[in-house]
Amino acid sequence: MNFDSYNPENFYDEFFETPGQPRAEVKKLVDRVNSFSKRELSNRQKAAEAAFMQMGITFGVYGDQKGLEKIFPFDIIPRIINANDWNLIERGVTQRVYALNKFIHDVYNEQKIIKDGVISKEIILSSVAYRKECQGLIPPKGIWCHISGIDLVRDEKGDFFVLEDNLRCPSGVSYVLGNRRVMKHTLPVVFESLPIRPVDDYSNRLADTLRNLIPESILKPNIVILTPGIHNSAYFEHSFLAQQMGEELVEGQDLVVMDDFVYMRTTKGFERVDAIYRRIDDDFLDPTVFNPDSLLGVPGLMQSYRSGKVALANAPGTGIADDKAIYSFVPDIIKYYTGEDAILPNVPTFLCGDEKARKHVIENIADFVVKTTHGSGGYGMLIGPFSTKEQQQKMIENILQDPRNYIGQPVVQLSRVPVIVKDRFEGRHIDLRPYILYGEDINVLPGGLTRVALEKDSLVVNSSQGGGSKDTWVLAEGSI
Amino acid sequence: MLSRVANSIFWMSRYLERVENAARLIETQLHMLLDLPSLREDPNAWKPLVDITGDGEYFSEKLGAPTRENVMFFHTFDGDYPHSIKSCLTSARENARSVREVIPSEIWEMINKLYLEVAGMGTSLKAFTNPHKFYSDIKMASHLIIGIAYTTMSRGEAWHFAQLGRYLERADKTSRILDVKYFIMLPRLDYVGSSMDNVLWSALLKSTNSFEMYRKRFNLISPQNIVDFLIFDREFPRSIIYCVSHAEQSLFRITGTPVGAFNNELERQCGKLSGKLNYSNVSEVMSMGLHEFLDGIQSDVNKLDNAIFENFFAIKKVTDSNRAGFQIQ
Repeated sequence: MNFDSYNPENFYDEFFETPGQPRAEVKKLVDRVNSFSKRELSNRQKAAEAAFMQMGITFGVYGDQKGLEKIFPFDIIPRIINANDWNLIERGVTQRVYALNKFIHDVYNEQKIIKDGVISKEIILSSVAYRKECQGLIPPKGIWCHISGIDLVRDEKGDFFVLEDNLRCPSGVSYVLGNRRVMKHTLPVVFESLPIRPVDDYSNRLADTLRNLIPESILKPNIVILTPGIHNSAYFEHSFLAQQMGEELVEGQDLVVMDDFVYMRTTKGFERVDAIYRRIDDDFLDPTVFNPDSLLGVPGLMQSYRSGKVALANAPGTGIADDKAIYSFVPDIIKYYTGEDAILPNVPTFLCGDEKARKHVIENIADFVVKTTHGSGGYGMLIGPFSTKEQQQKMIENILQDPRNYIGQPVVQLSRVPVIVKDRFEGRHIDLRPYILYGEDINVLPGGLTRVALEKDSLVVNSSQGGGSKDTWVLAEGSI
Repeated sequence: MLSRVANSIFWMSRYLERVENAARLIETQLHMLLDLPSLREDPNAWKPLVDITGDGEYFSEKLGAPTRENVMFFHTFDGDYPHSIKSCLTSARENARSVREVIPSEIWEMINKLYLEVAGMGTSLKAFTNPHKFYSDIKMASHLIIGIAYTTMSRGEAWHFAQLGRYLERADKTSRILDVKYFIMLPRLDYVGSSMDNVLWSALLKSTNSFEMYRKRFNLISPQNIVDFLIFDREFPRSIIYCVSHAEQSLFRITGTPVGAFNNELERQCGKLSGKLNYSNVSEVMSMGLHEFLDGIQSDVNKLDNAIFENFFAIKKVTDSNRAGFQIQ
C-alpha cells in the first residue's frame, strides 16, 4: 500500500506539499509505509483495533443488551508536528491559558476588565456558564483552570487558529496516552527512527498539578478523582488517570461532608480528602448549591471549598471563559492581562447578540458555521455549505429566538491528513487538542489529541459525530 | 480503601469463582454421561445440576423439564438468571470495571476478554461447536485470572477482599455440591462397588476439582472418605475447612485483629464458624446428619456475608443524632 495515488487536492495537507512530495517531517514515515503490502498495513490496523477492544478503551453503546461496545475509531497513520510548529503552539496556548485564568479570577472578584470597558457586564452575566455562587471566591494560589484543552485548527494556508477553549472538564487525554501505547506496538520501526517526544509523564505532571493545591503542612494528602460513574462515556479516562496516579477514584456516594471537611467512606472508617479532580460538571457538583436534583455530587462540597478545607480542580465557574461569545474577546483579554498580542489568532467570530453581526450571519448563512455559545460535542451546530435550505431556515429561527446564544464563523477549510480508507489513502480533515496543566507553572503536554472527521468532506471531528483519532507525534527540537 | 471499591473487589472475585464453578459442574456432567450410556436416557440425569442451585422453582417455571439443553442454557446463557455464567461474567466485569484503577490491568483485560467472548456467542446453545472445550476454556481463563492476581497483586486490602470473596463463595459451592450429590447417590446402594458407583463418586470429586488430590490421600473411593476430604482436608484448597480458614486469615489481616480474638460481630461470626470446623470430625458429622451439618455451614456463610456488608461496605455518616449518642457513652 502506498501514497502514489494520494491526492492532497486544494487543502493544506499535513503530509504532502504537492502530490508525491512529502514534507520533511513525514518523509521517513511515508517511505516506511510505502514499503508495506496492503495486507501488512491492514493487519496492523486490525491488531491496533483489537488492542483497544481488549484494553476496554471503549465507549458509547455501553449497557447494550447484547454487550456490544465500540472503540473510538483509530487510524494507525500518525499525525506529525515538527518542532517549529510545536514551539508556536506551546507558546500560544500557554499565553492563552495564563490570560484566561486571570480573566476568570477578575470576573469573580474585582471585575476590573468590565470597569475598564474591555468587555461588557451584560455579556458576562448573560452567559449560562457564569456562576454567581463563585463571586468573591479566591481559589488556592489563584488558579482556576488547572486542566484545560485548547482546540486548534489549521486553515488552507497551514496557519494555526484557536477554534475553541475547554476550561471545564476537557476529556480525551487518555486517548492520547492509549493511542501512544498502541502505536508503539503498531509501527515500532518508524517510531524508533524519529525523535518523538514522550507523553507518558502526563499522569505525573497531573499529580504534581493537584498536589500544588494542597498546603505543604499536610504530609500525606489524599487526592481523589470524582467520576459520575461507570456509565459515563469518559469513565475509562477517569479510572485510567486514577490508576496511573495511584489515587482513589470516587463517586459522589463515596464522599461526605462533615464540619466542612470532605471525607471518603473507607473500610476503616472516614478518611479526609484534600483535593478533588472532579470530572463532573458544575451543575452536578453540589445539590445544595447548584442543581438540587443531582445525585452525582456531594452535598456541602461548595461550602467546604469556600472555606478552604478542600481543593477542587478545575474550580467551579471556569465555564465563563469558554463561552463562545466570550471567546471572541479572548484576543482583547490576552492584551488586557499580559500587554501582548495573541500568539495564536482566533477564527473570526460574529456574535449574533449584536444586530449588525447577526444580520451578516443570517444573510450569509450558507457560508457560515453557526454554533451555540455553550454547546459542545458538535451538537446543535450548522455547517452552512453542507446544510439544506430547511436546516438553514430552522437555524435562522433559532438565532432570532435567542441571539445571545449563537455565534457565526466563516467556514475554515481545515487541514487534512491521509487516512486508511479500505485499501487506499484518502485525505480527511483534522483538528488538534493540546492539554495544558496549570500548576506551579504552565505545562503543555507535547502531543495532544488529533481528531479526524472520518466521513469524506466532513468538517466535524467530534467523536459523537463520526470522528476518530490518530496518535500525534511531536518531534524534538533540532531534529528536522 | 474505599468501601465501594472493597465491595466491588469482593464481588468481582465471588462472581468469577461462581463462573468457574458453574463451568466445572457442567463439564463434569458432560464427561460423566459419556461414561454412563444408561444414564443418558434418564430424564432426571441433569436434575441435580438444578437442585444444587436451590433455584429449582425458577427453573421449572421458566424452562420446564431439566433436559440437557435446558440445564445448559440455564447455567450458561440465561440472562434472566443472576447466577448463569453469562450473568456472573457480566457482573464480574461490571465490578472489575468500577475498580480498574485498583486491580492490575491484566486482570481487567482478561475478564474483559472472557466476557466479550461469551457475550459474543449470543444466547443459543447452537453457538457451541464443542461444549467440552467451551467449559474447559472458561475454567482455564478463571485459573489464569487467579494466577495473574497471585503473581502481580500486592498483599494489601484489595488482595484480601478478593480472597475473602473467593473463599466464601467456594466454601458455599463445595458444601452445596456435596450436599446434593451425596443424597442423590446414597439411594443407589445397589451400585456399591460397581463401576457405575465409581464413576458417579468420581464425578462428584471432579466437579469440585478434587479427584486427583483425593486419590493421593485415599486410594479407595468411599462416601465417608469423600465427605472427610471435601469438608476437613486442611491441605486441599477447595475443602470447606481450607476455604473458611483462608477467608478468616484474610478477614483478620484486613481488620488487624489477631486470629482467635474478636472486636466486633463479624469477627465473632467468622471465628465461630472456623471453630466449628476445626473441632469437628467426619464421624461426628455423619452421626448428626451430613445434610444438617452442611445446611448449618451454608447458613453461617450467609450470616458472615451480611456481617461483612454491615462492617465494611455500609458505613454510616455521623449525624448530629448519633454523634450525641457517642458523647453520652
